[in-house]
Amino acid sequence: MLTDQVALVTGGSRGIGRAIALSLASVGANIVIFYAGNKEAAEQTVQSILEFGVKATSYQVDVSKKEEVDSAIKEIIASWGHIDILVNNAGITRDNLLMRMKEDEWDEVINTNLKGYFLCTKAVARPMLKQRSGRIINIGSVVGITGNTGQANYAAAKAGVIGLTKTTARELASRGITVNCIAPGFIKTEMTDQLDQELHEEWMKQIPLKHFGESTDVAEAVKFVASSSARYITGQTIHVDGGLLMG
Amino acid sequence: MADVLDRVKKIIVEHLDANEAEVTMQTNIKDDLGADSLDIVDLIMELEDEFDMEIAEDKTEEIATVGDIVNYINQHKS
Repeated sequence: MLTDQVALVTGGSRGIGRAIALSLASVGANIVIFYAGNKEAAEQTVQSILEFGVKATSYQVDVSKKEEVDSAIKEIIASWGHIDILVNNAGITRDNLLMRMKEDEWDEVINTNLKGYFLCTKAVARPMLKQRSGRIINIGSVVGITGNTGQANYAAAKAGVIGLTKTTARELASRGITVNCIAPGFIKTEMTDQLDQELHEEWMKQIPLKHFGESTDVAEAVKFVASSSARYITGQTIHVDGGLLMG
Repeated sequence: MADVLDRVKKIIVEHLDANEAEVTMQTNIKDDLGADSLDIVDLIMELEDEFDMEIAEDKTEEIATVGDIVNYINQHKS
């Protein structure tokens, strides 16, 4: 149980982030979500979280902007007292073949999907260091290991997340903070619905379990890593991918 | 001055498991007290809270001794 703990989930209003927020709430955590722009979705998610009898709130934050991240996290600490769990999940895609990828498509994805993780991690590290405990969970992706046609930016960011995870895990380990990466394979979300049919079928052939995952499959793994049961696990990347990556 | 030193000493004793008697203005935080880089980050955070001030990140590398901390605080506190 995560009773009375505060979990911050970035990109928590929709998709996998929403499933993670609900899953952590189901075991008693109070939830703060960061959302980029869809206020209505954020409010709906907050309502669903409240049904678990925990506290919940949302902040509109562009995670690639240091000032926005810092001021939101300061406010959370001021009003809620602590942040025990950070789930870095906010991400965007701007797919294009390398030869056609524009500089701003590269920058936007790196800024949100990699720099955003760094900024949120740094901002919560201070209160976590002081309380000598914490869980940082980074949502990666199988494409950070395998690469993916049309996703040079996204795959580079997700590979970067693994390096960030391991480094942060080493630096914060002596203070009781664990840092892990949960790397989904193919999960049914709005984001993966955008991929074309041919790619879908291509990936399906490579999934030993022969079906795409659900957001809740990822959320369950996050819930485990966030719990005290996972206290001896740090610096790891756990693949939630139906066996896709086992090679 | 003495007040600042006492408060700094207290934090160092608490956070670095140091013996109060061995903490003087000349004590080197790394060499004499065995602090590693994360200990120093930790210490700076505690000092910032205690003295309600921000210690610039590039200044933390110039801090070697307890005296450096006390002087920094005296120079920068409002």
